[in-house]
This record gives sequence, structure tokens and C-alpha cells, in this order.
Amino acid sequence: MKLHEFQAKELLSQYGIPIPQGRVASTPDEVVDITNELGGKVVIKAQAHTGGRGKGGGVKIANNADEARQSATEIIGMQLITHQTGPEGLPVHSVLVEEQIEIERELYLSVAIDNSSGMPIVIASASGGMDIEEVAENDPAAIQNELVHPECGFQPFQGRTIAFKTGLDGDLLRPATELISNLVTAFEDNDGTIAEINPLVVTKDGQLIAADAKFSTDDNADFRLKELIENRDTSQEDPREVEARDAGIDNYVKLDGNIGCLVNGAGLAMATMDAIKFEGGDPANFLDIGTANSADAVIAALKIISEDPDVEAVLVNIFGGLARTDIIADGVVQAKKIGLLKQPTVIRLAGTNVEEGLQILEDSGLDLIRADGFAEAAQKAVKAVEN
Amino acid sequence: MAVLLNENSRVLIQGFGGAGQREAANSLAFGTKVVCGVTPGRGGQIMNDVPVLNTVREGVEQYEANVSLIFVPAPFAADAIIEAADAGIPTAICITEGIPTLDMIKVKSYLQKSTTKLIGPNCPGVISVAERARAGIMPVDVYTPGNVGVISRSGTLVYESVDQLTRLGIGQSSSVGVGGDPIIGTSQQEALALFEQDTETAAVVLIGEIGGTAEQEAAEYIKEMSKPVVSFIAGATAPPGRRMGHAGAIIAGKAGTATAKQTALRNAGATVVESPSRIGETMLEVLQSEGLT
Repeated sequence: MKLHEFQAKELLSQYGIPIPQGRVASTPDEVVDITNELGGKVVIKAQAHTGGRGKGGGVKIANNADEARQSATEIIGMQLITHQTGPEGLPVHSVLVEEQIEIERELYLSVAIDNSSGMPIVIASASGGMDIEEVAENDPAAIQNELVHPECGFQPFQGRTIAFKTGLDGDLLRPATELISNLVTAFEDNDGTIAEINPLVVTKDGQLIAADAKFSTDDNADFRLKELIENRDTSQEDPREVEARDAGIDNYVKLDGNIGCLVNGAGLAMATMDAIKFEGGDPANFLDIGTANSADAVIAALKIISEDPDVEAVLVNIFGGLARTDIIADGVVQAKKIGLLKQPTVIRLAGTNVEEGLQILEDSGLDLIRADGFAEAAQKAVKAVEN
Repeated sequence: MAVLLNENSRVLIQGFGGAGQREAANSLAFGTKVVCGVTPGRGGQIMNDVPVLNTVREGVEQYEANVSLIFVPAPFAADAIIEAADAGIPTAICITEGIPTLDMIKVKSYLQKSTTKLIGPNCPGVISVAERARAGIMPVDVYTPGNVGVISRSGTLVYESVDQLTRLGIGQSSSVGVGGDPIIGTSQQEALALFEQDTETAAVVLIGEIGGTAEQEAAEYIKEMSKPVVSFIAGATAPPGRRMGHAGAIIAGKAGTATAKQTALRNAGATVVESPSRIGETMLEVLQSEGLT
């Protein structure tokens, strides 16, 4: 789950990481109040799950209460469009109002998971405020990496190595090593997948401060992150994806095309999208029904797919392992009978209990387009849309 | 020979609930020696003719179990894997999906000091076809004995590619589902090495997907392999930054894209298939051109 900047900063602050003074607000009046509390000079930052907020008009500087009200009115309620959001943008319901800080230097600091070593990794660079991937590509020497050993944990020497390498020496050495170590602890305690401070600022009066922060948690750890999960902002997600998750379908991703897909297994679901594209079509979604062995789960998934106005044909592609094709077939038939699946529906079944599954389709007498193999299923779905 | 499992495999099932019992029955019907189940607190019971024990260690001591197949729910799965390793089980295969990444990081660190090889998690398991040894959830009907090994991050794409091979008359030695999570016990590269050393295997299907750099690491190894590899990368059409079902299937950076992986595999000498429906046909062409059928 992605946290908003203000949530990420609150979390980091609990671990002793310095953040700018400020608060979150959802109306221009509140913004004015906070601006006055902070002495009149503030930064107003749209809270939306995307990078590039500044370029999209979601971050404004205000030097008095009137400017703050003006900017707040512009930002709150806007659809923020950035290079990461797509053309529809993301809604902005709140802003973070913070004191302006006087910047001496900007750095980059993050903790992520390094899949190759199987350990968390701390990544730092003396060039802050930039896209770290660009830095990694153009100037790899500017990046300092340290792995966090699962048994020993992050060691002080590693923090010092990063600090020296990024020029955080002298009086900054001790606070910098503490801050890095605290970021690792916050990451580990809260099942982080990314904890990023970009930029990490050295102020004109020599203080370290997290000027911007990003934190995402491991969806697999939702069961032990109850407090953070309660504050999930579903307005930042596609409404169909929220509806799917509420129906117990975790693996639904809305896409741009018009062929709705219901598949078991993430790999097969991706490959089904690939096959549709290969045949000249466009998938409307990714959906892995997993081993959902109940007709109700299938109906719930088909409801989300077939009620999507973009969907002009549906492709059901099931290769049963733990999942049973007879149960899926039963779900498809029931869905069709209760008025879902008005679109042409192509169905391909293979694997566990396939004879029973095909028999259920046969017995239903419903107008379902049967396909034998993978390619045939994709071809028929693409054709159904063209007709 | 085949890899990881053979006729001497004695399978213990950790988490002997509904799925565990059903798959035990399927494996027994296939001819696999499923010797016991482990569910703490249920020791002494017999379920579907399979004795249930409280601990993995009892299974090793009393039934000489040498493979553990793990169905334990995600919040408790790390404990289950470590229990298998602590009991000295040589091969632990974890089916469970949804284990927190930081739990797996600890497990992986623990395993480095043990002799246990972990397959998975979030995988369909392993089957050695001619040896009738199955520790997993794969449908057995699609398999036929033969000389092609199959490795995949995705379970359903194992079934899909095996089905395509079987329909073309190409049999399989073993299939290994390495798992869809970012942190897994046995990498694609390590699985390739097992098949390279296996006398029964003549060629390998490798099914990767978007996210991470495991395919690039596998490609480095393919350069040294004597056996041909046919590969497909799932997710060529997936949008970046979105998790596509598998926790590991998310494009972050250029290395995670299907194109980057396809290029690395092609440069290493693998035959890369663009359409998932052409895995079987392509393997047939490769086997014919190499004189391996």
C-alpha cells in the first residue's frame, strides 16, 4: 500500500527522523490557519499517490495567508496529472502545509528490497531531488549502496560509509548516521517495500530534514499493519480496483482495452493479456482469480469485469491446478443466468476436472464461445470485439 | 534421474488441511510416497489414510520423510519453512502465497547455514514424471514422461506449457515452479543448473515474467549451458509500476521489463517465444534441429 507524503512523514517522525513543521489540511480555511501558525511563509503540497507533483501544478509556495488561500483553492479538488498518473490524473482531497526551509544541499536516501541478494538495501546519493534511476544510469559512481544483513542488522559503519561518501561529515556525521539507521528501522518495522527521502535536505543552519518522503508497504503484510491499513486512501485507486478488493479479489488491475479477462494464476493472466495483444486486441484488465474455489467468487469477479463499460467481450482462460474448472464453469453459467456477462464471452478450460467443467457449459445451453487452446481463445475474443 | 524428486522421495505435508489433504490424495493416486502430514495439535490422527504428526522432526524420525510440501498459511509459513530446515529435510517446497517479503529475507538467511534446498514460495511445486514423484498442486493428466525440463515463476504457465508439449508428443522429465515472489529459495539460474546436470533432461523450457533481474541472471548461466533453452517472458503488455498478481511481478526500472529480459535471453543463446501459445511448437522445432527427438 502506498502512503501519502504526510502519512510517510508522520511515520518517519515517529522514528526520530526530522521533518518540516506542518500539518495536513482539506479546506482553504484550514490552510490559512496553518499558514498563520507557521508564520506566513509556507509550501502547499497536493497529497496524491504520484511523483512529479510540482511539475503538475500540485506544489506551490505561498508567502502570506492570501497567497496560501489562493493556492489551496487551486490545489484542493484538482485532478493532478503527472507523467505517472495517465491523462485522467488523480484527485486531490488534501494538502500538506509546511514551513519553507532554507536549503543548503539536497541528497537522496532510500531503503528498498534488493531481490538479487535477498536483503534490504540502503541507497544514497549526493544528488538529491533527482530521479535516482537516471543517476544510476548516468553516474553510477555517485550512488552508495549498503545491504542490511538480516541477522546482524544495519551497522553503524555502513551509515558512516554512506555519510562520508555523500559529504555528510563533520557535525553532520552523527545525525546523518542516526537518521539512516532510523530509516532502516522504520522500513523493517513496517514491512516497507520502499522508504524514500528525496530530497534529504541540509538546511542553511546545518540541520538534516526530510523535505519529501515516500513510503510503501508490502501488501503481503497487511495482516500485521492494521493501523497503517486503516488509513488507506482509496480515492487514489481505480474505483473498480477498490470494488474488486472489497469483494475479496486482490489481483485486479484496470487497463485501457476492451477485452475483459478472468484468468487463474498471475502468470497465465499476464500471458493472456500478451496473447490478446499478439492477436491484435487490447485487454481491459488483469485479473487473477487464484484458487477461488467458489462459484460466488467467480460471479463477483465477473460482475466487476462485465459491468466495466469499456468491456466489449470477455475472455475466461482457466488452467486448473488447485483451482477447479468445474467450479469456475458453474460460476460463469450462474453469472450469465443472473444477467451479467451481456458481452460475447469466450471460455477456455483446461486442467483439473475439465470434463466436468465442459459438461456444465454444455448442459447450460447458454451462448458461450468455447475455445480449445490459448491462441484460439485469444483469437476468438479479438474477433468478438471486431464484430 | 530427473531433478529434485525421484522414486525415493518420501513426502511430508506441512499444513495438513483441506488443500494439503486433497493434494496428498492426488499425489498418492499418481504413485508418490506421501508418508505423513504435520498439523500441530492433531498428532496421532489418521486423515485419508495418512498419519498426522505434531512436528516435522517426528516425520523425519518415524517416517524417513525427505521432502516437505508446505501449505501453511502465509502469516505462519516462515516458521514452517524453518521448522523443515531445522529437522534436516533436504527439499522443502512451499506452495503458500502471500508471505511477507521481510519474513522470506529472514528465512533465506537461515537457509544459507542449512542443507535444505527451498523451492518457492508461491509456487506450484515439483514433479518428476517418469519417477511418479509429485510434490505440488499441478494437474497430473497433462504430463507425459520425456526429456524436457520446465522451469517457471508462474504455476499456471507450467501447466500451459506442459500441456502444449504433451499435445505435440514431447514428454517432460521434471517441472519446477520456482515461485512468483521477489525472494525465493531457488532461483531460475539454480533450477537451470539442476536440469543441465540431469541426465534425463535434453532441453529446458524457462518461463520468466516481468519484475526483478532473475531472468538476466539466468541468461548469464544459459551462456554456459550445453542444453538448448526455449523461453517465454510473461507480462510484455503489463503497465509499469503495477503489481501483476505475483508480488514479484512489478516493473521497476528498465531491467524489469519483458524486453530487457528477452534481449538478455536471446543474447545468451536461448530461443525466445513472443506468443505464449507457441512454447510447445518452438520446443519441437528446437528439438528437431538439434536432433534431440
